[in-house]
Parts: sequence; C-alpha cells; structure tokens
Amino acid sequence: MKEFKYVIADKEGIHARPAGLLVKEANNFKSIITMEKDGKTADVKRIFALMSLGAKCGDEVIVRIDGEDEAEAAGKLALFLKNTL
Amino acid sequence: MKLIKGKSAFASIAIGKIAVYKKKEQRIQRTHVDDTKGELTRFEEAKTKTVEQLQELYKKALKEVGETGAAIFEVHQMMLEDQDYLDSIFNMIQSQHVNAEYAVGTTSDHFSGMFAAMDDDYMRERAADVKDISERVISNLSGSMQDANVFKEPVILVAEDLAPSETVQLEKDKVQAFVTKEGSVNSHTAILARTMNIPAVVDTNIDLNKELDGHLAVVDGFEGVVYIDPTDEVLDKMKQLQAEELQKKELLQQLKGKENITLDGQKIHIYANIGHVSDVASVLANDASGIGLFRSEFLYLEKEDYPTEEEQFYVYKTVLENMAGKKVIIRTLDIGADKQIGYFQMDKEENPAMGYRAIRICLDRQDIFKTQLRALYRSAVYGNLSVMFPMIISVEEVHAIKKIIEEIKAELTKEAIPYGEVELGIMIETPAAAMISDLLAKEVEFFSIGTNDLTQYTLAIDRQNPKLDAFYDPHHPAILRMIQMVVENGHKNGIWVGICGELGADESLTEIFLRMGLDELSVSPSYILGLRKKVRGINVGGKNE
Repeated sequence: MKEFKYVIADKEGIHARPAGLLVKEANNFKSIITMEKDGKTADVKRIFALMSLGAKCGDEVIVRIDGEDEAEAAGKLALFLKNTL
Repeated sequence: MKLIKGKSAFASIAIGKIAVYKKKEQRIQRTHVDDTKGELTRFEEAKTKTVEQLQELYKKALKEVGETGAAIFEVHQMMLEDQDYLDSIFNMIQSQHVNAEYAVGTTSDHFSGMFAAMDDDYMRERAADVKDISERVISNLSGSMQDANVFKEPVILVAEDLAPSETVQLEKDKVQAFVTKEGSVNSHTAILARTMNIPAVVDTNIDLNKELDGHLAVVDGFEGVVYIDPTDEVLDKMKQLQAEELQKKELLQQLKGKENITLDGQKIHIYANIGHVSDVASVLANDASGIGLFRSEFLYLEKEDYPTEEEQFYVYKTVLENMAGKKVIIRTLDIGADKQIGYFQMDKEENPAMGYRAIRICLDRQDIFKTQLRALYRSAVYGNLSVMFPMIISVEEVHAIKKIIEEIKAELTKEAIPYGEVELGIMIETPAAAMISDLLAKEVEFFSIGTNDLTQYTLAIDRQNPKLDAFYDPHHPAILRMIQMVVENGHKNGIWVGICGELGADESLTEIFLRMGLDELSVSPSYILGLRKKVRGINVGGKNE
C-alpha cells in the first residue's frame, strides 16, 4: 500500500474539470485509489464521490493506493496532482 | 417600457425581438415493472445514446469555445459512467421494480441534492450538471428529444434556464442574446455564453409570458439590465453603445498582432497594468505584449489572514503560464495605513502617504517579505518573471533586499525546491530615487517610473483634494525633467526604463516619451490598442500624421 499527502494548491479546489481529469487518470490503474480529507474518504475513480469531498485550496488530502500497480500509480498521481491541482 | 434586472453573464449589447422558450414539462411517472432485465437494457440503450450525444456536443463545443469550455461535456460523460450513479439506478430498478425514468429521476435528485447542499458556490452549480445529463437520459428513454431552437430571424431567447447542452447548441446567427429567469454567473451556461460571446443576463426572475413573443428588447450585458419595449431614448442610447463597441472591436482587428513601432522604426513595449488574476484575460484580449505591473496587493486584500506561500505560488504560476512566455512584472506588496487590512495590525498614521508602507513593511517584517519572495522565485520556473520593489529611496534598501533574496534562494536550494531566474527592478516613484537614479541603475536590471506617486511627492499635492486642482499640472516640467533624467541614467548603465503610472497612457505625451527613449509603457488594458495606434502614427525624427 502506498500513501502520500498533498496540499491542494489550485485556488478553486477540486472542481469539475480537474476532478474529471483525475478520475480519468486514476482509472488507468488497477489499484484501489482513495482520497481522504478531514476523515472522509472517497474512491478516486468515482467522480461524484471525489467531488463530494469538497477539497478546497489549502486542504491537505491523503491519497492511498493499494494494488499490483501501486508504485507506478503513486508516482503518476503525485505528479498529476502537482501539475493540475 | 419594462425594466428587468439580473446578473450579467457576458458584457455586450443586443437588440432584437423576443422569443420565449418553454421547455416541455417532463413528468416522470413511477410505474411498476416486472421485466427488470428488460428495463435495465432500456436504460443501457438510453445511456449509450446519451453518451453519443454528449460526444457530439463535446465536438461542437470544442469548435465553438475550445478545450476548456468543452471540457464540461467530458465531465458530463464521466458523471454518466460514474459507478455510484449507475449503481443507484440499477439497484432501484432491480429491487424496487420501477421504470428506468423514475430510477434516473430519483438518482438525479439525490446527487444534485448533494451538490446543492455544499457550501462552495462552484459545487452548488454542479447540481445543474447532474440534472442536465439525467434529463437527457430520460428524454432518450421516452423518445422525446426536444430539438434545438429554430427561428426565422435572430431573436433574444427568454427562458426559465438553459442547460449547458442547450447553450452550446445555440446558433449564434439565430440567437443574439439570452435572458433567463434562473441561473447564475458561475454556471457552465454563463461560462459558455462568455466564451461564445453571446450577451446573456441571468437570474432575472422574469415572468415567462408567451405574450412577450415578438416584442422588441434590449439586452444590456454591461449593466445586467433588459429593456422590454424600450423608449426611443433608451433605444438610441443603446444603439450608440453598440456602435462604440463595434468600433472598439474593429480597432482590435486592425491592430492586433501589429508591432508597437513608429513610422521611423523606433520600437517601444506596450504592456498592461493589472490588479487581479482575472484581468489576465483582458491583457490577452487587448493584445498586450506583457504585464508591466501586476499589483500583488489583491492577494492580501482578499483574505482574512496572510496569504500562504502556496496560495501565492499558485496565483503567480497561473499568471505566468497564461501569459505563455510574455514578460510578467510583479510588484511586491505595496500597501500602507490608508488600506486598512485588519490582520496586518498597522497603526493609524497622520500621513500614510509618507508612512510605514510598501518596501518599508517588507524590510521590517521579513517573514511576510520572504514568503512572497519564495513564492515568486518558485513560480519563475513557469514563465518569464520580473519582480519590482515599490517606494525605494536608497541604495541601502536595494542591498538589504538583495541580501534577503540570497537568503531565500539558499533556503530553497537546501529544501530542494526548484526556483527560476528573475529579472529585478525597482519603482522610481520618489524624488529621492529619481535624484540618485544614476547610483540605483548600477544595482538593478530595470526601472519602472510610478508617475502617480512621483508627481504627488514632487509637487507636494494630494490628488484627492479637489481644492488643489488649480495647482495640479500632470505635465509639470519637474516631472518631465525627472523622467528624462531617470531614462538617461538608466541607459548610461545599460538598463531599460519604463513607465507604469497613468502618464503612460496620456497620448499627448507619447511623442515626448518616445523622444526621451523610454523602452516601455505599461497602461490599463483598455488603452493598449489606442496607444499602439498613436505610436504607429508618430515620426520621432520629424513630421507626424
């Protein structure tokens, strides 16, 4: 299981478009990917769940990845978040 | 004449005949279904059809409004494929033996309700997206897709609300503007209107009366007002505004992409002064070759507490990326006791203009300064960044600044955080700085003359005092002589000199500025093209147009 923390830098938080891109990115991997904010956890492959977290600029989220491609997924997702959010 | 007030989604003027658009009510009946398998298949087929339609809409939107605007339809597709959404529908059909329409409708209510309850404005808007896609699925289930509007002549569409999918299907030559009863300026509908350049006024609470059909209306997208059956006076005024708008557009067409070069080949940079990230669109729309002054204060004014390094970094990065390599000059924090920012806890001053402000705050409270500098240097990786410091009066101040910069660079290196090259300059806005500009020119890479404050301090006149109007001369020889001196001192030491104060936009001085050899003028975005036109008509060496 891989885990990393990330502070949302995007002024608008996780809004529709980057959420969609993140879901798309997450769906490339076989692992189970979740994001936690303030104790609430959402499946990153599900756009409604992800958006319902209401992650805003400045929020710290914990991304957890569990599965056969977790190493690759962790690296790619961390990079994706840095570039997009 | 009737006057309707609402919120403007796009600032432009439209004059035309009203066409009221009433959506056919989709009454969802709950019926009992025995063949749940068949019902699931029905749903799947409708869903597939909907996804296809969304893909078509995406392609159309891509052409009309580009990638960012079209992206919403990709998000709509994702919502439709979301496992939670689909699970809800499947479970309802299978366990409750209900028809697909009902299952979709109820699921839609559930998810849109979730968004509507969120405390973020943007998220609340997404409720409309869920409704849009769900309604489309239901329409496909019942086989009744309402066609995009067909009109004989260009109309002003009046409706309860428009879904993003309906907006993107509007033919610009058929629909001049739209007015909706509901809606918000944050909605995707409004965003699309802006990108498609269709004047729109939303959230008007207008009475959707079919009797309005055919009546003349004026949509004033600047004020967010709609005039139904306008008086001749209003009509004339609006026609005039429309003509002016058209003129500006034509100017834009003529001058966009053209160089800021005089008849005899002297070039000058014309940049834009802005105060907020949202102004960047205006910078690009007015074809500025760069941002000569980005007032960073808004970051501090907009908040209840000091903006963090991350927040600042994100804003600077965004601006640099949007400007795609064009020069961006960001001025560090320039506030004083006259701008009461509570959390700064500054003492009240007798003379805020000459008080604890700008660089003085930064050199005194280095934690604030370092945070801003760190964010700036980090963002420099993403574009062409210059930074300038306000209110400078001495060489010592510049040395102190540079020392702090070396400190933050060392910190960032130690923390393995990447940072970029930054061109450093100062504002010449005090008589002291003008008088020692020969010494200051050796310390920095450029000067930007802040004529507003320079004039105030030099003439010892408070511009806010109307009693002094008779004494105030913006073209005072003292100021012009100072500008000339600063340019000469700058050039002698191999640095470039620009003006970011209001005087830069004063077209009666443009020729003089060119003769002095100024390298750059940074003005409000709306002045850029007019200034370019002026420059292109001047012959610095001789007779002019």
